[in-house]
Amino acid sequence: MTATLTAPTQVQKPGKPKQNREAIFLFLPALLPVLILSVYPLIRGIALGFTDARAGLHVETKFVGFDNFSKLLHNNLFWDSFRIGVIWTLSVTILQFVAALGLALLLNTDIKFRGVARTLALIPWAMPPVVVAIMWRLLLHPTNGPVNEILQNLHLTDHPINFLGNFSTALPAVIVVGIWVGMPMTTVTLLAGLQGIDRTLYEAAAVDGAGAWSQFWNITLPQLRTVIVAITSLDMIWNFNSFGLVYVLTAGGPGGKTMLPMLFAYNEAFRYGNFGMAAAMGDVMVVIIILFLFFYLRNRLRSEA
Amino acid sequence: MRTRPTTRALQYLAVLAYLIFLGFPLLWLISSSLKSPREFASVTPSILPKHVDFSNYTDALSEQGLVRGLVNSLQISIYSTILVLIVALPVSYALARFRSRLRPLTNGWILVSQVFPVILIVIPLFMILRPLHLTNTIPGVVIVYMVWSLPFALWMLQGYVAAVPRELEEAASVDGASRLRTIVSIVMPLLRPGLIATAMFTFISAWNEFFFALVLLQDPQLKTLPLVLARFVGAEGQVQFGPLAAASVLATVPSLVFFAFLQRRLTSGLLSGAVKG
Repeated sequence: MTATLTAPTQVQKPGKPKQNREAIFLFLPALLPVLILSVYPLIRGIALGFTDARAGLHVETKFVGFDNFSKLLHNNLFWDSFRIGVIWTLSVTILQFVAALGLALLLNTDIKFRGVARTLALIPWAMPPVVVAIMWRLLLHPTNGPVNEILQNLHLTDHPINFLGNFSTALPAVIVVGIWVGMPMTTVTLLAGLQGIDRTLYEAAAVDGAGAWSQFWNITLPQLRTVIVAITSLDMIWNFNSFGLVYVLTAGGPGGKTMLPMLFAYNEAFRYGNFGMAAAMGDVMVVIIILFLFFYLRNRLRSEA
Repeated sequence: MRTRPTTRALQYLAVLAYLIFLGFPLLWLISSSLKSPREFASVTPSILPKHVDFSNYTDALSEQGLVRGLVNSLQISIYSTILVLIVALPVSYALARFRSRLRPLTNGWILVSQVFPVILIVIPLFMILRPLHLTNTIPGVVIVYMVWSLPFALWMLQGYVAAVPRELEEAASVDGASRLRTIVSIVMPLLRPGLIATAMFTFISAWNEFFFALVLLQDPQLKTLPLVLARFVGAEGQVQFGPLAAASVLATVPSLVFFAFLQRRLTSGLLSGAVKG
């Protein structure tokens, strides 16, 4: 560090070997914590999936190869949880995208109340997920909640529905909350994309007599493609890995109907102490995410070419 | 472009629907926090409280665990924010200015840290921190938060650094200023908005964080606000909705302050990161 302090620095062009050393000094304070607390745990975590590690201070751990994975293959609860995870991820991502695109298109017009809508659209993003979950538990409460009150006043139902406690309504209810939470980020990103589209394209289309609908299909969507692919990929990853929201909303219940893979793995690790098994589930999740992204991005990019 | 009246009407209808969907839950939470216990018990709940009553807030704040949670969350969030800024500033400077071999590695790590499920990381973290006696401690959680908010902080700050004109630095170094001197007196002042935005992001993500805290903090004395709140709604018998709503509103206040400050800058900051990234 002292060398960089005293040596008179000349105007340097990027790529010089001397700069590399200076860059390493700047990286140094971050390097150690990141290596110890991020890179190493990640590699260790992947490797743990191939061991029989358990919770406890002095437990011997041995390498078991693909044992955990073949056990998972025959574990129906695990497959159920994966199915639920996929339904959750796809429904939240797709519905959230459609809702966010609608809102972004509205915010991109000269409509009134834009400011209010924009502010409201951002708040859910900043709220602690735990608070979001508590809030929706109040809203969906069978006896005190306003949602049931409104449904009963509209005569849509004659008895209060326990949305989060019913086998058939729990997953859809949790998905609605997921959409509510994830909409802001998606809306803001899409709106930024919309504002980046060249106005003259629309003017040219209007001269050619294209209606609003055909402008949307032929200009807006193609122009937004990169933004759409980026944000839906991120949403998919985030949703598949989400934990806190559903943990507080239902804790995976009723009867495991909302047991997302992350919740399942968390229970396996910290309730039953099966670290190795939980890590193996994590490994499977990573593989699934990567495969999914691979196919999604490959198709998107190919159709773009 | 002219818009037909029917289209306009439909647009306003849609905006109204969005406003209700996004805003009503918040309105209900705030109004619940201001209702008296008697009004809570009434069979026909009203949207706005008939009498504004702050007893839920005093009740919530007289709850021992909640206040302790608030203090713990505040401590952890402040410490990890300071650490992140100290670490992220030099790195993002290097990322934006030097063509080092570490640059693609760092960007790769930023990406990987987004894709991997935290369950894979939290188990080894737990196993590393326990022999060091850092599980169940505030420093333990602080360094974990520091490392895990770093990717986003780097991504943001990098964009802000890149926006500082390189010519300014070159001029300073022609005048004989050292690299460090240049960074401190030229780059830092220009980076102020970026540093503030990054600090707020880091603070909020630590303030909101749930999963790492759930695994790493078992001691009731050390639990953060989200953990305390989550335990309230758990299977611990009778839940008092009023104080719970009040505590939830209190837990949201830092985020709301943050947005009041940053509403505009937020999107541009995100975008400047995106353009560079």
